[in-house]
Amino acid sequence: MSNVSVDANEPAHNDNQPKNNNRRRFLTVATSVVGGVGVVGAAVPFIASWNPSAKAKAAGADVEVDISGIEPGQLIRVMWRSKPVWIVRRTPEILEELKQHEDNLKDPNSEAEQQPAFAKNYYRSEKEEYLVLVGICTHLGCSPTHLKNGAFEEIVEGVPDGFFCPCHGSKFDMAGRVFQNVPAPLNLVVPPYQYVDDTTMIIGSTAEEA
Amino acid sequence: MNGFLNWIEQRIPMMRVANMHALQYPAPRNMNFWYVFGFLATIVLVNQIITGVWLTMSYEPSADGAFRSVEFIMREVDYGWLLRYMHSTGASAFFIVVYLHMFRGMIYGSYQKPRELLWIFGMFIYLALMAEAFMGYVLPWGQMSYWGAQVIVSLFGAIPVIGPDLVIWIQGDYVISGATLNRFFALHVIALPLVIVILVFLHIIALHEVGSNNPDGVAIKHKKGSLPESEKTPYKIHEYYTDKYDIADDVVPFFPHIVLKDLVAFCVFLAAFTYVMFFAPEMGGKFLEHPNFEIADPLKTPEHIFPVWYFTPFYAILKAVPDKLFGVLAMFAAIGFLFALPWWDRSNVRSWRYRSGLHKVNLIVFAIVFIFLGYLGGTPQEAWKLIASQIATIMYFGFFIALFLYSKNEKTKPVPERIPK
Repeated sequence: MSNVSVDANEPAHNDNQPKNNNRRRFLTVATSVVGGVGVVGAAVPFIASWNPSAKAKAAGADVEVDISGIEPGQLIRVMWRSKPVWIVRRTPEILEELKQHEDNLKDPNSEAEQQPAFAKNYYRSEKEEYLVLVGICTHLGCSPTHLKNGAFEEIVEGVPDGFFCPCHGSKFDMAGRVFQNVPAPLNLVVPPYQYVDDTTMIIGSTAEEA
Repeated sequence: MNGFLNWIEQRIPMMRVANMHALQYPAPRNMNFWYVFGFLATIVLVNQIITGVWLTMSYEPSADGAFRSVEFIMREVDYGWLLRYMHSTGASAFFIVVYLHMFRGMIYGSYQKPRELLWIFGMFIYLALMAEAFMGYVLPWGQMSYWGAQVIVSLFGAIPVIGPDLVIWIQGDYVISGATLNRFFALHVIALPLVIVILVFLHIIALHEVGSNNPDGVAIKHKKGSLPESEKTPYKIHEYYTDKYDIADDVVPFFPHIVLKDLVAFCVFLAAFTYVMFFAPEMGGKFLEHPNFEIADPLKTPEHIFPVWYFTPFYAILKAVPDKLFGVLAMFAAIGFLFALPWWDRSNVRSWRYRSGLHKVNLIVFAIVFIFLGYLGGTPQEAWKLIASQIATIMYFGFFIALFLYSKNEKTKPVPERIPK
């Protein structure tokens, strides 16, 4: 049996109002903060589970390519991280072409970071003969078509070879540089790659990283 | 029987809800054919849920199995073809009735005070529906599924700094892959349908709180005590409404009057729907695009990539802007401007029946521009179309700007106190 004494001078606390507002406010804030941290913590696994799985990451590993069989002017496609990577063996004529239409390009000097440092040069490649590009348009991810031996003239007058994106009409030259007045904002991406020897190339990492 | 109903009623308010929201809900008696599309949208939603559940029974959500399982449904499951065409035709039908439903709201000013939140809930349904439709279109894992997803997901890549990582996170891989397909499947069959059903519920609750608008835009609820007994409705209207307002003799109970009218519309709709479903389920490549009859191939882009017809107006806006980030922003702004419609319009007069000729022209031009943008976004790129889509994009936004400017001091006709006899 508890003995409750009632002080007649105290007002009756039957109005459901807090007795100590400061303490109540502190408790409300503290509970909310702790609860909020809990919610954020609980959200982590749900958000993180959307990251690429270990399997997807493994599938994104480097790819070794034998380039000895590529004919002059030929384009081969290899898959790297499920993306098409083009390797083009450019002839001296094609390399010569690159100089003809610079005024017509958005970024002729490859100022934008669309290539590893070693490929920030005139030919956008380590060895000028071999062009390596991710074959995905920088506009909305379609894969452009390789038009060669004059077929590209229909798209851009005076330029015999290039890449044309059928989705929204973006145009690129034989160094993957984007032409002006097309939706694609940037030059095609040069993936990280390195030469193991004269006939073998690794797509996915650069010599500096290795 | 009455005893049984009472037994239930004491435990759950079944009849009270039925009375409040149907049998004794006051609906304006001048509602015309424009008012059937909300009902039709609900019917299509039910169709999508039921056929969707059945399709899930035979569908295989994986990059290896998806395309094959859709062929399996089409060829080997009894009536599988019918269930799939009900679902795919239903998706397009959903957007047709929703677009008409929205245009109804625009011409009769159904977004104006006090129905702003009702409009916003509707816009959220529209948004959720677009996400639902987009993800559903990926599931057959055909060429257009794959490359459409590629285009839409890469829109997020335009966001500065976090864009590229965000795209990988959404895809769950470095490209659109089986991981992407599976999460879209989960969202398409569980998360978004739940969201849509909840939003539809909120949309209807909000509608019944503010009351249905009508082609004259005249209020049917009047201040308590302002109407003489002779002008009040003779129908039995639920106390929830009559306690707060005097309900004018301008209403009929929703059930059976409006429901019967809706059922007539439903019959007409069903005739059109089944005709398309049986005789033109692909709708000449508009409802089901031809490249989607080929399995997804990450190394081969189809010659032309178009989203399904209901996205093409926004797609045209995206393509009209030569800069990627601004193109994406313009596309989202196009939807954002629509969200804010209740605040663009500063007029107090709702229905276009009593508004200026300028307003009528503006609305009709907007509808034409929207359809024209849809045409531009769904056909191959040509030089003249770029200019045309840029002009149409400006006109799309111009609708809202013009509305904002002229609606403040618009010359309107006098609005009657009561719905004209």
